[in-house]
Amino acid sequence: MSESIIQMKEVNKWFGDFQVLKDINLEVKEKQKIVVCGPSGSGKSTLIRCINRLEEHQKGQIIVDGNELSEKTKDIEKIRAEVGMVFQQFNLFPHLSILDNCTLAPIWVKKTPKKKAEEFAMKQLEQVQIADQAAKFPGQLSGGQQQRAALARALCMEPKIMLFDEPTSALDPEMIKEVLDAMVNLAKAGMTMIVVTHEMGFAKEVADEVVFMDEGMIVERAKTNDFFANPKNERTKLFLSQIL
Amino acid sequence: MININILKPTSSNFQTYLYIGSALIFIGIFDVFLRSFFNINYLTFLPGSLNFLFPLIIGLVGLQMIRLEYSGNRIVDKINQNINNNTFNAGLTLIIIFLTLLVIPPALDWMILEATISGDTKEACVATEGACWTYIKVWFRRFMYGMYPNDFHWRINTAFIVLIAFAFVGYFMRGKLKNYITFYYAILYPIIAFIIINFLISGGSFGLEWVETNAWGGLSLTFIVSFFGLIFCFPLGMILALGRRSELPIIKYISIGYIEFWRGVPLITVLFMSSVMFPMFLPSDAFVDKLIRVIAAIILFEAAYVAEVIRGGLQALPRGQYDAAKSLGMGYWKMQIFVILPQALKLVIPGIANTFLALVKDTPLIFVVGLSEVVGMLQMAKTNPKWLGYAMEGYIFASILFWAICYAMSKYSQYLELKYKTER
Amino acid sequence: MNHKIKSIIPQLLTLLFVVAVIGFFTINAQLNMEERGIDFGYGFLNQESSFDVQFSLIEYDGSHSYAKAYLVGLLNTILVSVLGIIFCTIIGVIIGIARLSPNYLIRNTAAWYVEFFRNVPLLLQIFFWYYAALRALPLPENTEPLFGVTYLTVKGYYIPRLIWENFDILIYSILAAIISIVFIRNYARKLQEEKGQQLPVLLISVGLLLVFPAITFVTGMVQLEVALPVLKQLSKTSFIYAEGLSIPPELLALVLALSLYTATFVAECVRAGIQGISKGQKEAAASVGLTPNQILKLVIMPQALRIIIPPTTNQYLNLTKNSSLAAAIAYPDLVLVFAGTALMQTGRAIEIVSITMLTYLTLSLSISVLMNWYNKKIAIKEK
Repeated sequence: MSESIIQMKEVNKWFGDFQVLKDINLEVKEKQKIVVCGPSGSGKSTLIRCINRLEEHQKGQIIVDGNELSEKTKDIEKIRAEVGMVFQQFNLFPHLSILDNCTLAPIWVKKTPKKKAEEFAMKQLEQVQIADQAAKFPGQLSGGQQQRAALARALCMEPKIMLFDEPTSALDPEMIKEVLDAMVNLAKAGMTMIVVTHEMGFAKEVADEVVFMDEGMIVERAKTNDFFANPKNERTKLFLSQIL
Repeated sequence: MININILKPTSSNFQTYLYIGSALIFIGIFDVFLRSFFNINYLTFLPGSLNFLFPLIIGLVGLQMIRLEYSGNRIVDKINQNINNNTFNAGLTLIIIFLTLLVIPPALDWMILEATISGDTKEACVATEGACWTYIKVWFRRFMYGMYPNDFHWRINTAFIVLIAFAFVGYFMRGKLKNYITFYYAILYPIIAFIIINFLISGGSFGLEWVETNAWGGLSLTFIVSFFGLIFCFPLGMILALGRRSELPIIKYISIGYIEFWRGVPLITVLFMSSVMFPMFLPSDAFVDKLIRVIAAIILFEAAYVAEVIRGGLQALPRGQYDAAKSLGMGYWKMQIFVILPQALKLVIPGIANTFLALVKDTPLIFVVGLSEVVGMLQMAKTNPKWLGYAMEGYIFASILFWAICYAMSKYSQYLELKYKTER
Repeated sequence: MNHKIKSIIPQLLTLLFVVAVIGFFTINAQLNMEERGIDFGYGFLNQESSFDVQFSLIEYDGSHSYAKAYLVGLLNTILVSVLGIIFCTIIGVIIGIARLSPNYLIRNTAAWYVEFFRNVPLLLQIFFWYYAALRALPLPENTEPLFGVTYLTVKGYYIPRLIWENFDILIYSILAAIISIVFIRNYARKLQEEKGQQLPVLLISVGLLLVFPAITFVTGMVQLEVALPVLKQLSKTSFIYAEGLSIPPELLALVLALSLYTATFVAECVRAGIQGISKGQKEAAASVGLTPNQILKLVIMPQALRIIIPPTTNQYLNLTKNSSLAAAIAYPDLVLVFAGTALMQTGRAIEIVSITMLTYLTLSLSISVLMNWYNKKIAIKEK
């Protein structure tokens, strides 16, 4: 049994008076692919943003790759370098070329020499099939291309875990497929992935387990087939009937 | 060295820390309060710098003691989030509170508590130590109307009311009349305004006595200059904006030349030019009133800025509007007057409001060429031998006056911006 | 054919109109000048000016030419503008950042600063400082020293004067420091590209800038004497501070008013720049492991500066033009000295006003051109 690479124990988080995460317990093992779904406002994004501490939890424990995340954590940047993230709004750096976007962190955080960083970046860009756009700037790319570039940028840090926060929600329909394909390839290569998404087709193809969240709590968690075939909770059934 | 961790509260002993901390904060603020209001300093036994910094140190310690994230007490949490999340912020907050306490009482003392406003002559003021608002009261009419004869002030008031009434006509235009809105504001309204000002304020006919422009002054002059400046530089600015966007090279470059020239020189040189150079450029027997020269100079100057503002609106209009108008067979001028300009102008109303605001703030400059608007009247009043030494009161009064007017205008322009943003 | 005529006629008409207007003015001007016996020409610039100027950065008195007087005015304008630009930038940046502080008190204090100083006319602010605030300062004989060696009095701000021996050697040492900094930066960049190592370039640069000139001092090549202001009695009741440098209250009032006023606009530019960066940028940069300092330097500042610099440069230009208000309080800037005194003495209105306007125009246009070039160069490329 492989050790869990992410452990969340009794995690609670408040935004002011509003409780957004309630007693979250989640364990993710290496190479697992988890899809998190649920209605808007259920806390899914907040959940994964706590894993790389873009959001801070008030109660409970979060342990990532053996390191506990708390306000006493020194070098949170080192932990973040192991966890890659792809955002709904891509968030590419508009003033840098695609290649520079990808090599920025390896050069400044891992102190990689520029040539090596660029070679590795080109490999990642080839994997997501936008190597020909390397010299262009984000403003010159389509949405789908930008998101694939964002994926390559995250992968350039060679993370152990990849988090996806609704990666295709801001894309035009015809571009969703190219991004999902890139994510499928990544999954097949063995990456540990936690994906917040509404794309159930992707979940069925790639996910090991599906987590359903509602109102800040994990309502149901099951292996993919079981989840779609036999949802146990009423709320899960309602949600599935609405989106499928 | 004291171990600073002693000062950090934890959830268990928080109540104690809260009491002690609040007490310390209160002592710190109270100390500054005593020093400022009553000049009491009971810490004179401490060496100089410690004496001075005592309230700050005590306050910082107190704030540190109540800094616990999510203590559960609502008020404390709010304070901690807002002003106490680290020592730096706490320090700045304390300094601001202290400065306020140190500055406000003497200022209030001088401005209100010990000030006078009674009486009519300087004698009423000599006795007090505070501000002499009697000075303002006595000179108030001058500040508002300049040297315009007191008996005729009603003429100025009426003229303004009538002008404002005509300005709102645009809101009530319905149906077919709406097409002529641009025409109304750009051409008709300026003419009406000129006629009203000429006959009511300047006078000379219809039984009203003539008052020369040199006597005009004060805030009313500020308004007249700003008003004429705006309504006349408006059509000129429109033409220039259209010219700059034109595809005909000569027109385009003449417009660009004009705009860049007037935007590159300071207003003061323009005013000098109008009072010193303009006479040279006109036939020697033609005498143009100084006020008209100055207003003409301001119009030419501001038109360049208005042109840039309108150009922004023209550029922001989607190309589809131009295409649609052309495809309907409209010629250049029809398209501009009935389709493009009404929409572009709506877009840039906040920008024009800003330009108007800048114009009002620029009008005090006309005092350097001898026209006495508010600031000019201030200088005149300040040097009057009967009222020497009250410059400060005059400037405070004028500052508050202008500030109120400009603040109101800028708030109105922000309101307009929001209103038109949501409408689109 | 028809289209060509349609486009030519308006242009011809406009051209004729402009030519007619200019012609009208020129003819009248010539007639008027003939009538009054004034001739037109720029030769007067070489004549003796016969008026003194209260404050000047260079050697000048009544025996120098009008051209020299022009230079004195120009230098004074540049002095006020440069000082104003420096201070308004510092104040503006602080207030701009404060406007975004999570601290309620700081945020609102900054907001009130902006609302207050922006809505009072600049001329009024200048008058306030000059005629009211600075007039309340004590007389020289009654002043307590500020920082020990400077005296803020109603007659001006007296500070110590620095007397250099071999000042040029100091300049060379600073130049040498700058050149070596350039080399170090190139070396550091190459090192990072090839091996990935990072050098603390900023620290090294600051160190060099301090060490090189320090060496010149220690070895005695450059010497510095400080002349402190000393109270001197001019007459029975009049005292000044001699020996030091005296900054006239006109300059103080002007710089104060210009800085505080323009800082409000700069603060808004800075605020727009910082707010213009979407929160996602910071998060994306954090998610790849960059430290807060690195995020600021590599992601936030490059984007923010692109938004901040163009309108801020516009404000600098406005400040320079506004410095002409100096005429109202008798600070001898270009407008007062040249378009004021010189014009009154020679009566050559057209020549003088045209030169003055041309000077400001050149200044504005060259900064505009520079700004356009800079904007094109750093523009973020889009589709």
